[in-house]
Amino acid sequence: MNKRSNIYIFVYSGVMVIVVAALLALASTALKPFQQRNIETEKRLDILKSIGMAQEAATAPSKHSYVGDQYTKYIVEQLVINSKGELINGIEAFRIDLKVEMAKPITERNLPLFVAQLDNSTKKFIIPLLGRGLWGPIWGYISLSEDYNTIYGASFAHKGETPGLGAEISTVVFQEQFKNKMIFNNGNFVSVKVVKGGAGENNPYGVDAVSGGTITSVGLEEMIKDCLEGYQSFFVKNMKKETESYEPES
Amino acid sequence: MSQKVEKEPLFSSKNVKLITDPINVTNPVTVLVLGICSALAVTVKLKPAFVMALSVIAVTILANVITSALRKGIPPRIRIIVQLVVVAALVILVDEVLKAFVYDVSKQLSVFVGLIITNCIIMGRIEAFALGNKPWPSALDGLGNGIGYGVILIVVAFFRELLGSGTLWDYQVIPDSFFIKNGGFYENNGLFILPPMALILVGVIIWIQRSWKRQLVEKN
Repeated sequence: MNKRSNIYIFVYSGVMVIVVAALLALASTALKPFQQRNIETEKRLDILKSIGMAQEAATAPSKHSYVGDQYTKYIVEQLVINSKGELINGIEAFRIDLKVEMAKPITERNLPLFVAQLDNSTKKFIIPLLGRGLWGPIWGYISLSEDYNTIYGASFAHKGETPGLGAEISTVVFQEQFKNKMIFNNGNFVSVKVVKGGAGENNPYGVDAVSGGTITSVGLEEMIKDCLEGYQSFFVKNMKKETESYEPES
Repeated sequence: MSQKVEKEPLFSSKNVKLITDPINVTNPVTVLVLGICSALAVTVKLKPAFVMALSVIAVTILANVITSALRKGIPPRIRIIVQLVVVAALVILVDEVLKAFVYDVSKQLSVFVGLIITNCIIMGRIEAFALGNKPWPSALDGLGNGIGYGVILIVVAFFRELLGSGTLWDYQVIPDSFFIKNGGFYENNGLFILPPMALILVGVIIWIQRSWKRQLVEKN
């Protein structure tokens, strides 16, 4: 057969492409469940991290079952709300793609909210975050205490921020700063500012920025503001409810 | 059938040289200076460097074997395209496997697994060796070059992780009490975490290798 003829080349490349495509499709389908499981476990772990749980995940003999157990133990409710603070039924909070939701105008977003109950039976509200850093996406989870105002904990992750600079947002030292900061000032939503040059110890609405990571810091600040904004009315509504119901006693 | 062809043993000295040469005197990274890009990117920690080395070894061997097996049928005019398809398919397979079984490491390697496709070592070995040789020697050649690349990656990663993060394979090696923040005298060198340090380390390895193997030093 003439290897230089056009027909041979067409047939050869045609067969090659079909064989390769079939092979890759097969591999992709066969490995999909494993990959999906990894992604879900990571998401659960990130959620748990924001309330300071699942710390032994790295050393646990089976990461999947450890994280799964902790998740079912602590996360008691998964809600979806809209920007008016109303509950939306029929959507699973865990399956919501934040990237899709954040691209919509704020009034049309389906906002996931995870409710955790700790060992001392206090409730924490966990909100997923997604934003932009310098080189790529940054994301995380922030948990609020029962007053819907004080931050209980936060965990951040990034795709490719500069090591030693922007990448510092994923360190414990940076995330610890968020504890006990507040997002409402006298009933107005202010979010948390990431302050260049240091926020000062007594500033309840700001944390220190990462030195050398200005764009990542600004991105993080915007992420927190953009993502929490939609929950405002839900928080305000519930804050009122809480104070009303507690008033008679006080 | 009457004539018995003398069969070359699987590990003849010629075949063994196919593995040992690329580890030392024809090392793809330090002598041919190929695959430098990923050597800078994935050597911050040992674990990703090790997984990367294994992935590249797997791809070089399989790509060499497959191309060598197909070499008589490949139309010469679309030779490069066929090679690319073989390499790309293998790399995607490796990427999928990593995502399924070592998810954390695959996240650290991120795009660099995909970029194995563009690693000149692989296309270079296919062009230079696999197209003209039988599958078995091609496999050995792929193994040798893969190891040659991997060894450099692991050596560089060893020093970068030890001096940059104070850990090895994510285990703390330098005791916590040594660090200045805990009242000690020691601090990690931040330069080791950044890509330029990988280049400097590769340079140092090249220097050491050339003062040991004088034949590698250019005459002029």
